[in-house]
Amino acid sequence: MLIFERSSPGRIARAQVPADTAAPDDLPADQLRADPPLLPECSELDVVRHYTGLSRKNFSIDTQFYPLGSCTMKYNPRACNSLAMLPQFLARHPLADADTGQGFLTSLYELQEMLKEVTGMAAVSLAPMAGAQGEFAGVAMIRAYHEARGDAARDEIIIPDAAHGTNPATAIMCGYQVKEIPTDRQGNVDLEALRAAVGPRTAGLMLTNPSTLGVFEKAIVEIQRIVHAAGGLSYYDGANLNAILARVRPGDMGFDVIHMNLHKTFSTPHGGGGPGAGPVGVSERLKPYLPIPYVLSERGFHRWAEEADCPESIGRMSAFGGNMGVLLRAFVYARMLGGEGMRRVAEYASLNAGYLAAELMKAGFELSFPGRRASHEFIVTLKGLKDETGVTAMDFAKRLLDYGFHAPTTYFPLLVPECLLIEPTETESKETLDAFVAAMVAVKREAEDRPEWVKSAPHALPVRRLDDVKAARELDVVWRP
Amino acid sequence: MPFIPHTATDVARMLESIGVPGIDALFDEIPPELNCGGLKGVPAGLSEMAVSRLMHERAARDGFYSNFIGAGAYEHHIPAAVWQIVTRGEFYSAYTPYQAEASQGTLQLLYEYQTMMASLTGLDVSNASLYDGASAVAEAILMAVRAGRHGVKRVLVPATLHPRYRAVAKATVRNQGIELVNVPFDPAKGYTDLPALEAMASTPAAALVIPQPNFFGVLEPVDALTDWAHAHDMLAIAVVNPLALALLKPPGQWGGRGADICVGDGQPLGVPLSSGGPYFGFITARQALVRQLPGRIVGRTVDADGRSGFTLTLQAREQHIRRAKATSNICSNQGLLVTAATLHMALLGPQGLKNVALASHANTRDLSQRLAIIPGVERVFPAPFFHEVVMRVSSPVPDVLRALRARGILGGYALRQDYPELADCILVCATETKTDDDLENYAQQLARILSRRREAPPCAYK
Repeated sequence: MLIFERSSPGRIARAQVPADTAAPDDLPADQLRADPPLLPECSELDVVRHYTGLSRKNFSIDTQFYPLGSCTMKYNPRACNSLAMLPQFLARHPLADADTGQGFLTSLYELQEMLKEVTGMAAVSLAPMAGAQGEFAGVAMIRAYHEARGDAARDEIIIPDAAHGTNPATAIMCGYQVKEIPTDRQGNVDLEALRAAVGPRTAGLMLTNPSTLGVFEKAIVEIQRIVHAAGGLSYYDGANLNAILARVRPGDMGFDVIHMNLHKTFSTPHGGGGPGAGPVGVSERLKPYLPIPYVLSERGFHRWAEEADCPESIGRMSAFGGNMGVLLRAFVYARMLGGEGMRRVAEYASLNAGYLAAELMKAGFELSFPGRRASHEFIVTLKGLKDETGVTAMDFAKRLLDYGFHAPTTYFPLLVPECLLIEPTETESKETLDAFVAAMVAVKREAEDRPEWVKSAPHALPVRRLDDVKAARELDVVWRP
Repeated sequence: MPFIPHTATDVARMLESIGVPGIDALFDEIPPELNCGGLKGVPAGLSEMAVSRLMHERAARDGFYSNFIGAGAYEHHIPAAVWQIVTRGEFYSAYTPYQAEASQGTLQLLYEYQTMMASLTGLDVSNASLYDGASAVAEAILMAVRAGRHGVKRVLVPATLHPRYRAVAKATVRNQGIELVNVPFDPAKGYTDLPALEAMASTPAAALVIPQPNFFGVLEPVDALTDWAHAHDMLAIAVVNPLALALLKPPGQWGGRGADICVGDGQPLGVPLSSGGPYFGFITARQALVRQLPGRIVGRTVDADGRSGFTLTLQAREQHIRRAKATSNICSNQGLLVTAATLHMALLGPQGLKNVALASHANTRDLSQRLAIIPGVERVFPAPFFHEVVMRVSSPVPDVLRALRARGILGGYALRQDYPELADCILVCATETKTDDDLENYAQQLARILSRRREAPPCAYK
């Protein structure tokens, strides 16, 4: 039932509504709204009950194991939420002067400094509001750098075929063409293909490391040298930073720019799709182009760097400087972990991934890169199972939901057939991982014994398999009474 | 170990299963010379109690002010139920609803949100949100250029659009060679200069951006602007405060044919000021433009048993499917904020939202009248406004605002940095949260400050 169907004309949540005010006589009649918008008329209890009910139809980290590869679904500590939502932080207007927000700005400045240390870069801006916007900022800086040097012929960004879809989409938004390069049989970037691809048209390379195949690029230093030798710049997609946190740093590898996903590595909530935060770190030569605003520290006083401070900046990503509440959550998390805690994150995320991969392999599952060390995630391919039983990775994933586990990422990366990309994260216990292995084994057995049952999953959720084709063909995106 | 549950026994068993002697061996594919050996520059970890104390101290240092700044972010009362439900773990810690059957809560909520936004703006379709109002304007401009029949890469943007929105739009679209042409405002009226716009008619453009109310709080002649855009083969992009639409004519009804795309910042709908974010951007459009929308869209469908259900739809527009050919690189929506807005609108209903708009407008009007009788203060634009107004003061603006701040009042937004011709002006907003005493206190303090400045001006050569 929709909230609109709980509505009753004339009902109102009176405690929340300001008293009636006389209709204004200073607004022209032809500018006024004639009919009220279609909003429900409900009591407070109606609304609370409706949305509490809806929440119970969701899987979430707080209720289920969520081994969603490439998404780093780790526990979101509750203190991060409550301390970012202290009333003074919430009440602060974004355009209030810096001297009314030193507590807030100090925290963001310290976060910036910590992220510099984490990435080994020369400077960090917290401005981008999501990973994809961080990518945009990064590639826009690469473009600004070449333009400032009068190097206008560089119009290509090189991207490995295993990359997230945001990489090519971002390159296009920045006015570049995409040149895709293949992955070798070990899961590494094909170095010969890279050497053949670079040249006078190369603006830069976008690389995710560890890659979306769950392995660390062994030749990472060589890769960025090849790009630099051709006059291009190197972009480090930090989507998988959790795997290497406090062990290796993109700055030490010689990269020019990196974005981080704070909603992954720094455990801010995913919120059913956002908000995220995608700060960018840069090498010395890209510093002038950082997106604004970022926090400056002047003899202990903190303020935003604006247009006048950074005339060469690529500009603003948002009206007011970014997803501040997300940044505060990341700051609290970083302070609770400390440098040592950050190193443990990578260690235990890798331990959990390595253990889960080993146990699944022992249970008869096929790993895509069995000879490689799983970083914080790894790929199982169900191609053999599909050939044998007709059960696809999607069917398998849907059946896992019935067992109370969120499905791993399916059909990504695109180059592995019938794949499950599995990322357990460091916050899960051995008991949870063992229970997940048991569920995987049970579904595999079902696929072999009664494949139709798996193909028609889920069976125990609020709805059964949804008709995506109908959703797109008979488009219904807005309810009409 | 913070947020890591492993016991020593667990670790030993897990290493044994993997077949390695220790955790370090798990990193043996990484060139050893790259190992940074830890992060010496990051301070040691704190307990929850210690970090709680630190944050409370910092929050207390920032304190509370009586706020009269609007300028794109508005202080409104938010019912307690809104954020108590938003922060339920089932909403807070869920991922993007790619597994539809396990995400019916989020998906149905987004469908309800889309319905509310389409109705509020008077348009046919809505997406599931964008980052913020400024980035939504940028996306609307890209969308209009894509949808344009003639491949024209030029969009008319009025000077009365929020200056930060203009800055974000420029930073976003310039790498694609899209030109944003400034349309000046009439300095006597405070809205878009129609004769100046007419002079631009000869050069083709893909769209005209129309803010309502505009950055000065002034109502634009939206019917005339929309019709002008359509008469010159341009799309009309409305940029609105969603709260204002409880009172003002929705963009879908502007002019003869209605605006084509509507965007704005959803912050006034249940999102706290939060020092600037996270907020959310919304975008709605005519049905014919649905395949050009950026970002996620939720559709209603049926399951294998014919029961109603919800799923992400038209994903062939999006980066994870289309990659380089996607309508945008956006890969998230501001889910939690949309959850807040949906609850907020459901709690307030049509009458409640209208009452908030009316009370906010009445307070701003009341304040502007109290201020205008102070010697040395005047209202700048005579045109009708909604809940925000430009006031000119006789003493230097930074000095006046500083003096007000010392009395616990944030007196408004100084227009000098964005509009040099309005260097002696303040943009003032009083929402429904302000009481009669709050308004009177502001007026009295400002009167006192200005009267003292008249008697003893703080000039450099005194």
